[in-house]
Amino acid sequence: MIVFDNVTKRYPNGREALSGISLRIDAGEMVFLTGRSGAGKSTALKLIALLERPTRGTLLVGGRNIGALKSRHIAAYRRSIGVVFQDHKLLADRPVFDNVALPLVVAGTSLKETDKRVRAALDQVILLGKERMLPQELSVGEQQRVALARAVVTKPSLLIADEPTGNLDRDLAREVMQLLKRFQDVGVTVVVATHDVQAVQEFSRRTIVLSAGRIQEGDEAPLPSMVASR
Amino acid sequence: MGLVVYGTRHAQALLGSTGRLVRNPLATLLTVLVIALALALPLGLRVLIANAAAATGGLANAVDVSVYFKTDTPLATAQQLAREARMQPGVASVTLISADQALQEFRQYSGFGAALQSLQNNPLPHVLHVQPAAGASSPAALNELKRYFAAHPEVDIVQIDSEWVQRLNAILELLRRVVLCAFVVLGLGVLAIVGNTIRLEIQNRRAEIEVTKLVGGSNGFVRRPFLYIGTLYGLIGGCLAWALVASGVIVLQEPVHRLAQSYGSHYALVGPSPIDTALLIGGGAVLGWLGAWASASRHLRSIEPRA
Repeated sequence: MIVFDNVTKRYPNGREALSGISLRIDAGEMVFLTGRSGAGKSTALKLIALLERPTRGTLLVGGRNIGALKSRHIAAYRRSIGVVFQDHKLLADRPVFDNVALPLVVAGTSLKETDKRVRAALDQVILLGKERMLPQELSVGEQQRVALARAVVTKPSLLIADEPTGNLDRDLAREVMQLLKRFQDVGVTVVVATHDVQAVQEFSRRTIVLSAGRIQEGDEAPLPSMVASR
Repeated sequence: MGLVVYGTRHAQALLGSTGRLVRNPLATLLTVLVIALALALPLGLRVLIANAAAATGGLANAVDVSVYFKTDTPLATAQQLAREARMQPGVASVTLISADQALQEFRQYSGFGAALQSLQNNPLPHVLHVQPAAGASSPAALNELKRYFAAHPEVDIVQIDSEWVQRLNAILELLRRVVLCAFVVLGLGVLAIVGNTIRLEIQNRRAEIEVTKLVGGSNGFVRRPFLYIGTLYGLIGGCLAWALVASGVIVLQEPVHRLAQSYGSHYALVGPSPIDTALLIGGGAVLGWLGAWASASRHLRSIEPRA
């Protein structure tokens, strides 16, 4: 599903956020990217979400080299994945329903189908009944669940989440992680960047530890062809 | 993309844009008013010129064409030409003044009556006074009339008192060019107004645009509502401009009618023609769309989602 092949990301200010990392994530896996702040976790997710492009190396998602994707194809690629951010990125002046429906509106889904799928997504995150509320009327945990519903409403095969439990207490964090696990159970590939060690331990999923833009030894499933290069 | 999906997206964009304008009535009104004033000025000038041209068309009666025959031309020949001239399409009336009549008038009004008694022969020619028809007072029509008479061998001189007509037509033509220039300049002004308004709108909705692009909205999808906003501004501005000019015509109708009556005319002011109205409103919409497209294309490109 996702293949990082010797990927480096250097920002214009010279900072190298990722240095020649190689890893593979199979379809249907749930993987945690962990490490301290500045380790490169978010950068890795930004590359997958095509918010940034690799400076060097190849990044394949679903067999496509997304680093070489033309600008006019980026929108279509983003419609095929689901993304959740720590700060939710909800539209404050739109009700929950409209926020969750946005990817479907962008995709040109009919009103009837949009209504059906939004309600199904809200049901999955246990927010049915709150469609008409504005985001600021919800708790932080509920806002995160709205963001999650928006990320899965198009039924993507890949869901990436950057620090989804960053602002949440233990119970809410567990709730969100359980939702993510539920999506993985139905076949969605889930990649979560988090420094929440407890969540990582609780869910016992494959974990990749990043440090200073590199993968720490023994913490990833390297590609057979990449072993010699490391 | 299917036609239904395409249509749905456009309908959503149009409804959303209309809703935005309605929810901000004061800001919308101010923008539309500025556009309307920019479009009303050249339209008002155009209506003014059209009315001036129509009003002065009746003054063609004051243009006089004098046809002087050679002194040896028989009266019967002059009368024959007068009859033929009356049947010409650009001629309203023809008055023949015979040489004897002319001499008689000259004796009566010149003050040389006694001196003229000693003349053996009448030196004056027969003369035709020709009044061009209404609508045939343009320089081209008058020259055509002149060529018609000059083609007759018995005609000596054809004189057209049309200098002031030519001046009037030149003034009207100058004003028409001024109106055209005004349309261009003010049209650019409308582009700038709409472009700046869209730029501000994009800035205000930056967060929404970032999220929309994050979930896969293309530049075209994001741009569409702004194009509709621009088009609506131009369309409503054009309609308001028409209303402003039409109101002006109504207000001036009565005073102009009284003025015309005092000159013995029944002239009435005419408002914008259906073609001018359609061009104004359609042109406003096109300018609005163009201004929005130029601004949105430029500013949306620089907005990308951030994590």
